[in-house]
Amino acid sequence: MISTLGRFTLALALGIAIYGAIVSILGARRRKPALIESGRGAIFAVFGLATFAVLLMEAALVGRDFSIQYVARNGSLGTPLLYTVIAMWGALEGSILLWIWILALMSLLAVVIEGKRNREAIPYATAVLLTISAFFLFLAAFPANPFAAIFPPPADGRGPNPLLQNHPLMAIHPPCLYAGYVGWSVPYAFAMAALMTGRLGEEWIRTVRRWSIVAWGFLTVGVILGGWWSYEVLGWGGYWAWDPVENASLLPWLTGTAFLHSIMIQERRKMLKVWNLALIITTFALTIFGTFLTRSGILSSVHAFSESTIGPLFLAFIGVILLVSFGLLAYRSDGLKAEGDLDSLVSRETAFLMNNLLLLGFAFAVLLGTLFPLISEAVRGVKVSVGEPFFNKVNVPIGLVLIFLMAIGPLIAWRRASLESLRRNFSLPLLLAFLGTGVSSILGVRGLYPLLAFSLAMFAAATVIQEFARGVRARRQISGEGYLTALSNLTRRSRRRYGGLIVHLGVVLVVIGITASTVFRLEKEVSLKRGESMHLGRYQVRFDDLTAWQEAHRFVVQGTFTVLNSNRQVAEMRPSKRFYPSEQQPIGTVDVRSTPREDLYLILSSFTQDGASATLKVLIRPLVMWIWIGGAVMALGALVAIWPDRRVLAAERVKERVAWQPGRS
Amino acid sequence: MTKRSKLLLGVVVVAAALGYLIYGGIREAAVYYVTPTELKGKGASAADQSFRLGGMVVPGSLHWDPGTLQLTFRLTDGKEQVAVKHTGSPPDLFKEGTGAIVEGKYMSGNLFIASTILAKHSEEYRPPQAGQAQAKDLYRTLMKPAEERR
Repeated sequence: MISTLGRFTLALALGIAIYGAIVSILGARRRKPALIESGRGAIFAVFGLATFAVLLMEAALVGRDFSIQYVARNGSLGTPLLYTVIAMWGALEGSILLWIWILALMSLLAVVIEGKRNREAIPYATAVLLTISAFFLFLAAFPANPFAAIFPPPADGRGPNPLLQNHPLMAIHPPCLYAGYVGWSVPYAFAMAALMTGRLGEEWIRTVRRWSIVAWGFLTVGVILGGWWSYEVLGWGGYWAWDPVENASLLPWLTGTAFLHSIMIQERRKMLKVWNLALIITTFALTIFGTFLTRSGILSSVHAFSESTIGPLFLAFIGVILLVSFGLLAYRSDGLKAEGDLDSLVSRETAFLMNNLLLLGFAFAVLLGTLFPLISEAVRGVKVSVGEPFFNKVNVPIGLVLIFLMAIGPLIAWRRASLESLRRNFSLPLLLAFLGTGVSSILGVRGLYPLLAFSLAMFAAATVIQEFARGVRARRQISGEGYLTALSNLTRRSRRRYGGLIVHLGVVLVVIGITASTVFRLEKEVSLKRGESMHLGRYQVRFDDLTAWQEAHRFVVQGTFTVLNSNRQVAEMRPSKRFYPSEQQPIGTVDVRSTPREDLYLILSSFTQDGASATLKVLIRPLVMWIWIGGAVMALGALVAIWPDRRVLAAERVKERVAWQPGRS
Repeated sequence: MTKRSKLLLGVVVVAAALGYLIYGGIREAAVYYVTPTELKGKGASAADQSFRLGGMVVPGSLHWDPGTLQLTFRLTDGKEQVAVKHTGSPPDLFKEGTGAIVEGKYMSGNLFIASTILAKHSEEYRPPQAGQAQAKDLYRTLMKPAEERR
């Protein structure tokens, strides 16, 4: 029953999406409001049907309807409720369904929120969004149908991949990442609408900017959560391995970040119009490319789903996107001449330009390194891979220059920066940076890159804090507000600027966390007999006990270790191994003790059958927590930047009343 | 020189620097993926170089000493065998008769010092077979009444 209903729902949604895309274009071309209205209706209908399909899938999963192949493969009688519910995004077909639903939701929000502001663009944006929906609905309706039936239904299912039912982060990491990927569809759709209508003025930029920040925020959180999940679950003590799928999520983040900066140049100086459109097209294409990498199985990765046949379809879709989008861009290039010009090389324009160049260089290096095995095999017939050393060697120096630009970009003046303003803005941060370098050198930081990373992070943090402090002081002098009121009013006055600065502060925290946890990482692996201890850093770890028990869906072997710090007991930690019936080998489950200062990370590598001895791997990674905190600060900054501004809303309402003329659709 | 051409020059310089960085990175970090036969075919020229070596773990060749953490085994592609040495625990999915990829350096004397071991993970579902020991049975000695656990 669910199978038939589900397949019918998806097919119907596909039909409506195609219909809606066609009538929206027709309605806009022939100026028929009824057709445009019908296209808008399609967006609502697709959202309704997608929601229904998701609920059906959840009903099948929670109801353990093993006549559905997806449920038989990804659910089981013994799986706890949480992991049963989130099994929807544990494998290929279900994750496409989630993708469709998020896209439908974003499309709906975009059409409703932007409906009044962008009357001309909406039908075209609707058509683009529905076309993207149609592609994914096609995948779900045919080659990757989540509602495919299986006969005869098995008595019990296989259960989700053990790695995916080992940590609650799985509940939020994929949806966040998908929202980050899918979110770029909206700015892309409005950029395409601007190209199609030829209305390439200022209206679309506002819309696109806000939605880009939304997508960027979700993508940032998704990427950071992915690192966190990897750190907590995969049990190798790291959070980023330059794995193809990790790289795939970083690529649109890099080009999207470049776009968020270069669009400011267009807003302020009316330059780089073609460049910005190219960036948004590239970013959107990279989100689809990322899905392709995850789902096609052309590169092996821990995160990849098993191989499937939908790879070629994705490649074809990416090809069409690039061809149509860049074709349109070339066709409209006459209307995209720069109106402003560069006044001086020492200006914010130059800083942003360099930022763009480096972010793109970073992205190119990541792309090249990821695809290198494929390229070298195609070109030279030999399998060559470039692993972590390549990415570190190339991207660390680029990243360091980017941090420097991040520090100076927001403070250097538009058009032309005077020597006096440079001195005023940067002398204090520069002094602090040198001081910071000295302190980190005394604390034992060695090597050019780590020292540069700490001093540049210090420099960037100082510029941000100085900027906030100056703003607060100025407000206090004028209005006599308290510190907190002044801070909040200051931020509210110019949300995008101060939101951006908060994001930069988050980046600084992430950089410090990554550098410290890499440079000061300690690691030791030993075999211990019961009662024996090992020492690492400040800690003494004693092996106390090894126990085992059967749970509903797995068998657990767990070690108990007492952690002492200068003979004082600080924690009892329990890393374990979990044996799932469907897997040939156990899944290691680490135990991590996180403090702001450092993480203590215990991995139970192996043990003897009688439990007399165990092999333990212990890692100490300083300041790891600050990476996650930095991610949260970045998300907060994005939120501040997009928070609706009451004054702007009021002003828009007035403008709307003036601009609205009956008879002009 | 106008500002525009100065800027263009700057862009070209930065782009060239990026290109050089990427080129150098690839030259230094490129690691060839080889089979045991290919590795042996390279002979002495392969000594002291980094490779990724893929093959099957020869049954009966796997030895691990928990005390010293020395792991030794041989990888084969059906024709040739290469001895591999690694310090650390074998990964969870690693066992005799299954595929593995190791990264590290090839030493003279047909010895491969692996820094990383990647076990090949089979995605396929295999129902527990009759006669195959369950984890529960293997580690029965570790099981205690529930109330003692915490």
